[in-house]
Amino acid sequence: MSSLISMSVITSALELGVIYSLVALALFLSFSILNIADLSTDGCFTLGCAVGVQVALMGHPILALFASMAAGICSGYVMAFLQTKLGVESILAGIIVNTGLYTINLAVMGFSSNVTLLKTDTIFSLTKGFLGKEYYKLITAAVIVVIMCVLMVWFMGTRMGLSIRATGDNEDMVRASSINPSMTITVGLCISGALTALSGSLIGQYQKTCDINLGTGMVTIALASLIIGETLIGKKTMVRRVFGVIFGSCLYRFLIALALKFHIPAECLKLVSAVIVAIAIASPTIRKKIAFRKNKRNAIAAVKGGRN
Amino acid sequence: MLRLTNVSKTFNPGTPDEKKALKNVSLTVEDGDFATIIGSNGAGKSTLFNCIAGSFFIDEGRVELDNQDITYVPDFKRAVQIGRLFQDPMKGTAPRMTIEENLALAYLRASKARNKIFSRVTKQQRQEFREKLSVLEMGLEDRMKQPVGLLSGGQRQALTLLMATVYSPKILLLDEHTAALDPATAEKVLALTKTIVEEDHLACLMITHNMHSALELGNRTLMMDSGRIVLDIKGDQREGMTVDGLLQLFNAGTGKDLDNDRILFSK
Repeated sequence: MSSLISMSVITSALELGVIYSLVALALFLSFSILNIADLSTDGCFTLGCAVGVQVALMGHPILALFASMAAGICSGYVMAFLQTKLGVESILAGIIVNTGLYTINLAVMGFSSNVTLLKTDTIFSLTKGFLGKEYYKLITAAVIVVIMCVLMVWFMGTRMGLSIRATGDNEDMVRASSINPSMTITVGLCISGALTALSGSLIGQYQKTCDINLGTGMVTIALASLIIGETLIGKKTMVRRVFGVIFGSCLYRFLIALALKFHIPAECLKLVSAVIVAIAIASPTIRKKIAFRKNKRNAIAAVKGGRN
Repeated sequence: MLRLTNVSKTFNPGTPDEKKALKNVSLTVEDGDFATIIGSNGAGKSTLFNCIAGSFFIDEGRVELDNQDITYVPDFKRAVQIGRLFQDPMKGTAPRMTIEENLALAYLRASKARNKIFSRVTKQQRQEFREKLSVLEMGLEDRMKQPVGLLSGGQRQALTLLMATVYSPKILLLDEHTAALDPATAEKVLALTKTIVEEDHLACLMITHNMHSALELGNRTLMMDSGRIVLDIKGDQREGMTVDGLLQLFNAGTGKDLDNDRILFSK
């Protein structure tokens, strides 16, 4: 068992889990709170990565994070514009933006499908000096994610945050509270885009490469993380919900790392993740059904016992 | 003061489903006026409210609030000055947010803080919420952290009323807001409505199907039929009015026999 889960496996799973949790946090905002299935996530993630890698290549790894976020905001804005101003269904709007982003991503990468970051500084190599050799990546990523989480929890209590939450809950009520739901949806999707792109930017610098297909399937994985978190940690308070998102993302990466340790071939990884995602999403329903059966069995047993 | 001038609205114009929902309606509601509106289904009562609140734009005419032309102002901008309650208690609150957060949203709407977007509810305001909730006598002040979805219809409606009036609107629109509640709760919410309207000296329009409360509440009664206001009584004429008298007036006003429609009103 000890060889199965070595320290380095745990560390790298945590690193990936923490970095990818930003995408789950983005979906938390767009999917859980605004009730919008944002299918542009895949493209937006690659966009963040491409922009981040290119800016880092120019020698500005920290600026790269902000540049990626700005790009993500643009992507989110286009998505919101299609939806709120032009009346495009949210799922269609996501597919349209995602398709368009493919070309844009290629353009950002100089029309090559792969860009690498060799011999250039990354945000991680910058912190390596004073954060030690073993955990510097994890600490750097964790600090950024914690900042984002704290900002998110704080933001959700402000007037704007409350308005965004109410928009996903009851749009009529939002209108009656003299808030423009188009505006709240736009702000929400822009923030969500920024978080997705930031995650992409970090992954780009973490893996020192950007591939045009990097983001494929990202929305499913993030959704799985989100739902694992909501199922296991609960959704009672905002702090719990945000923590659940991070936890879910890390747990998902552990499961994948475990699958790899069991010598599941890399080609089968997509199927494995699909199974994990399906189980995660189905688990609340499965739990309910099991509880119902138990109740039913007990009730029937009680009736029978009464007769005897 | 709310003034409607020759307001008309037709749904599905030019199709076999064409419906003239409002025909040349003119109406002035003064500050402090509490008018009840009665009329059978399809008379245009809710359409009138939708025109005032801006849920859709009217075809002809003008809507003014405090001498400001709001005919083409979108609904969410009008909502600063117009409070509205629906028959469906689910419509006025966000179910997955807590009581406190719902109130905070209504409260921050009115806040004059410069940094409006990021303003938060303070401790002092939280205390105010508790006091306001305790007036309802529903024990909600001890459940501030619970999601509104757990409340009963009557509790949600009372909360919505509080939210709509936490910052005095220029006019309050009540669209059968007690119709979905049990009689005891309905009475409580009605009494609360009366107190709030009187205390804040609001202009208020209330749609009801109960002819008794139509005559009992407020200082003015309007009756609508097929897109028109056919009756508008106040003062002495209203004082001496009975439900039967109202029915007779209605028959005279519309030239229709109401007996068939009578079941639509509960006496």
